[in-house]
Amino acid sequence: MFENLTARLDETLRRLRGQGKLSEANIAEALREVRRALLEADVNFKVAKEFIAEVREEAIGLAVAKTVSPGQQFVKIVHDHLVQLLGTGSRDIAFATKPPTRVLVVGLQGSGKTTLVAKLGLRYRQQGRRPLLVACDIHRPAAIDQLEVLGKSVGVEVFRGESGAAAEEIARDALDRARGDGFDPVIVDTAGRLHIDAGMMQEVAEVKKAVKPHEVLFVADAMTGQDAVQSAKAFDEALGLDGVVLTKMDGDARGGAAISIRAVTGKPIKFIGVGEKLNALESFHPDRVASRILGMGDVVSLVEKAQDAVDEEEALKLAEKLKKQAFTLDDFRTQLRYLRKMGPLEQILGMIPGLGSKMKGLTVDEKALVRIEAIINSMTPLERMSPKVINGSRRKRIARGSGTSVQEVNQLLRQFTEMKKMLKRLKSMGMGRRGLSGLPF
Amino acid sequence: MKLGRKWRERAAARAARKAAKEAEAAAAAAASEAAETARAGGGKRGATGSAVVGGSLAAEVAEVAKDAAAEPGESPAPEAGAAAGGSGDSRGSGESVESGGHATGGTAQPARGRRRERLKAGLARTRERVAGRLRRTLGAGRRVDDALLDEVEEVLYEADLGVEACEQVLDALREQARAQRLRAVEDVVAVLREELLRLLGEPPPPLLPAGATRPRVIVLVGVNGAGKTTTIGKLAARYGAEGKRVIVAAADTFRAAAIDQLAVWAERSGAEIVRQDPGTDPAAVVFDALTAARARGADLLLVDTAGRLHNKANLMAEVQKIRRVLQRADPTMPHETLLVIDGVTGQNGLLQARGFHAAMGLTGVVLTKLDGTAKGGVVVAVKTELGVPVRLVGVGEALDDLQDFVPRAFVDEILGGLGA
Ligand SMILES: Nc1nc2c(ncn2[C@@H]2O[C@H](COP(=O)(O)OP(=O)(O)OP(=O)(O)O)[C@@H](O)[C@H]2O)c(=O)[nH]1
Ligand SMILES: [Mg+2]
Repeated sequence: MFENLTARLDETLRRLRGQGKLSEANIAEALREVRRALLEADVNFKVAKEFIAEVREEAIGLAVAKTVSPGQQFVKIVHDHLVQLLGTGSRDIAFATKPPTRVLVVGLQGSGKTTLVAKLGLRYRQQGRRPLLVACDIHRPAAIDQLEVLGKSVGVEVFRGESGAAAEEIARDALDRARGDGFDPVIVDTAGRLHIDAGMMQEVAEVKKAVKPHEVLFVADAMTGQDAVQSAKAFDEALGLDGVVLTKMDGDARGGAAISIRAVTGKPIKFIGVGEKLNALESFHPDRVASRILGMGDVVSLVEKAQDAVDEEEALKLAEKLKKQAFTLDDFRTQLRYLRKMGPLEQILGMIPGLGSKMKGLTVDEKALVRIEAIINSMTPLERMSPKVINGSRRKRIARGSGTSVQEVNQLLRQFTEMKKMLKRLKSMGMGRRGLSGLPF
Repeated sequence: MKLGRKWRERAAARAARKAAKEAEAAAAAAASEAAETARAGGGKRGATGSAVVGGSLAAEVAEVAKDAAAEPGESPAPEAGAAAGGSGDSRGSGESVESGGHATGGTAQPARGRRRERLKAGLARTRERVAGRLRRTLGAGRRVDDALLDEVEEVLYEADLGVEACEQVLDALREQARAQRLRAVEDVVAVLREELLRLLGEPPPPLLPAGATRPRVIVLVGVNGAGKTTTIGKLAARYGAEGKRVIVAAADTFRAAAIDQLAVWAERSGAEIVRQDPGTDPAAVVFDALTAARARGADLLLVDTAGRLHNKANLMAEVQKIRRVLQRADPTMPHETLLVIDGVTGQNGLLQARGFHAAMGLTGVVLTKLDGTAKGGVVVAVKTELGVPVRLVGVGEALDDLQDFVPRAFVDEILGGLGA
């Protein structure tokens, strides 16, 4: 559904080639594409608008480089800008000089607070600390039990207050306990609440007063849409956030909320949650999330793979041929060898954004590749140059010579046409180009 | 610039992940075999675990076990998962999920009543504010120009309508503008409302039609934290109040304390609950619950499932199995399969709907948490693309905070209550 932005921009910007400079007029359409990508990724409308204005400013007047495609150049500007906005890489919570370090976890209902508290507990226990998890969600049914079960499963102590106690009382008692028994850090789970629920916001403010946390972490679901700005801003104003945690990143949400939240709070994203297992907590990499928001798949790995496997000289020649549409079965064979060197094909194809689904009828397994090579080997140079000449009797001969069937030869010729399309696509993503190392990713 | 080493490291990590996944799949297959042995052993679990059903259902349980054996790898299989120590998507490995064992009814909620009042007041305020804002931006009688259309665009996007639906609505608007049919802002709102209502279609039928065969079976599915369990509680309360006999099935046997959570809602709503121990095959729980519902002549069986992300194949297979067990018992079951979507969800809501629809054949959507500031506009795309309508909306955390979906009210919320 989401097309690769680079490919889209390449289309849009192709006309720029002769013009030398990026200008207000000639990048307008490209900016619209970027805006569309951001909105599809759930970046807040106003945040996207501001972002586009900044990118426009930066791009105008830049010379169009000869070495990379204008699309790549433009995407680099966008990508860099996103990375900058997302802030520096992951930082852990800051431990206090005078223990216990106190962490308060807050957020909307269902965002993943309790799970995060348990994950943090496991993380710090594994670092040799003695965390105490505090169950202050007295509202949701069985929330306290949930934390207790999770705490037990990671071998971390959970403090549950007396039944009927207010959240801030539980927090206060937990702190006493932590000080008495030398627990550190103290991680406080709170009930999910709506930012417009004044009474509940008052409650969490009181918990904060009791805990005097070193870190207030705002937990946000990666699937959050436009509303992310509202809730993040309100929580920040009410409590003064220190960091953000983005959960459920193992889903397929593009995660534009990360940008929105950053833009309105300016607070760093500290962790991302990537699964229901309690060790599924990762540090935050702005560049990866930026690529994800732009719908560029795992382009980082793909480009690195391509760089590893492809001989630069050869790649250049191939790229030239591709451009001139002079790509032959000979080149196909060469390319196939590269692809095989890059690793399991399925994996490679899966990394190409927007391609995965289109390649369904075209699953090429490794053994098939060997057969394909045999088929090509049985062709005459002329046949490899222009497959059009391969008529019925030639097909039979090739099949015999390679120990395959006519159907397989037919299939290969069909696949070759498909492959040509696919390679064009790879090319537009920057593979097999001199400009490879100049890529933003 | 050479990136070779980094890439190789990453490739190695990927290969390791893949291997772990494969190991896990194998473990799951082994576990379903083990499960069969255990179940065929004579409903021991049924006797100890099933609080309401009580008596053992050896024969039926064996049937479910057969089902598990026929489809190796589908059983959630906590024991074997732990043995394999895999680290893929499959649940049940690693953390040992134990029964909470605490009385949850005692969790006092002194502030709840007051809080709801405040909430309602807060809501009204928000509505007013939004309506005011639109009236201000649009301004009664204001002429239709590009600036105004820009503002309309912003309102639509900020309601999470998504690029495609927004463009569709805006195109309709532009067309009218070109045809000079829009004189003032009131005309704009009228066109928007009409177009959105057209996209949303006819109001959907009720969940429990008069004279429906008993028991009516409704399965709730959705991603983690969307509001499935709470919605079950509210549904149970609604139909209980109508004098219906309601049974809830605790088929989220995975998430910690999920069963206890549902038990609290069952108590609050006066529904009966069918539950087993954490880690039990969810399909077996559903089978027990259906048997109980039939035996007791229940009007309604509500099935609570564990939250799952739609892109996890093994978890989707698990929930499909629930569907198959019901279908085998009666091809018309489940009568409704509802996807619960959190109102704050953005464009991922459409991907969720696609995934769950493909796996389960959805008959409707429950849109929750509309008591916040989010509008849930992604459901427009869900309806236009998949034809799956919203049936209910959640507007709070109390028993009666569930409403039938009224397209007109929903559109008015999106358009800021103008002219409502
Ligand atoms: N404000 C508000 N909160 C809601 C609504 N529906 C559910 N919630 C809250 O959202 C949180 C998650 O709800 P659950 O019902 O546990 O969600 P679930 O889908 O069953 O979650 P898992 O089983 O963990 O996947 C709880 O804190 C609920 O109280 C609603 O309509 N409005
Ligand atoms: Mg639940």
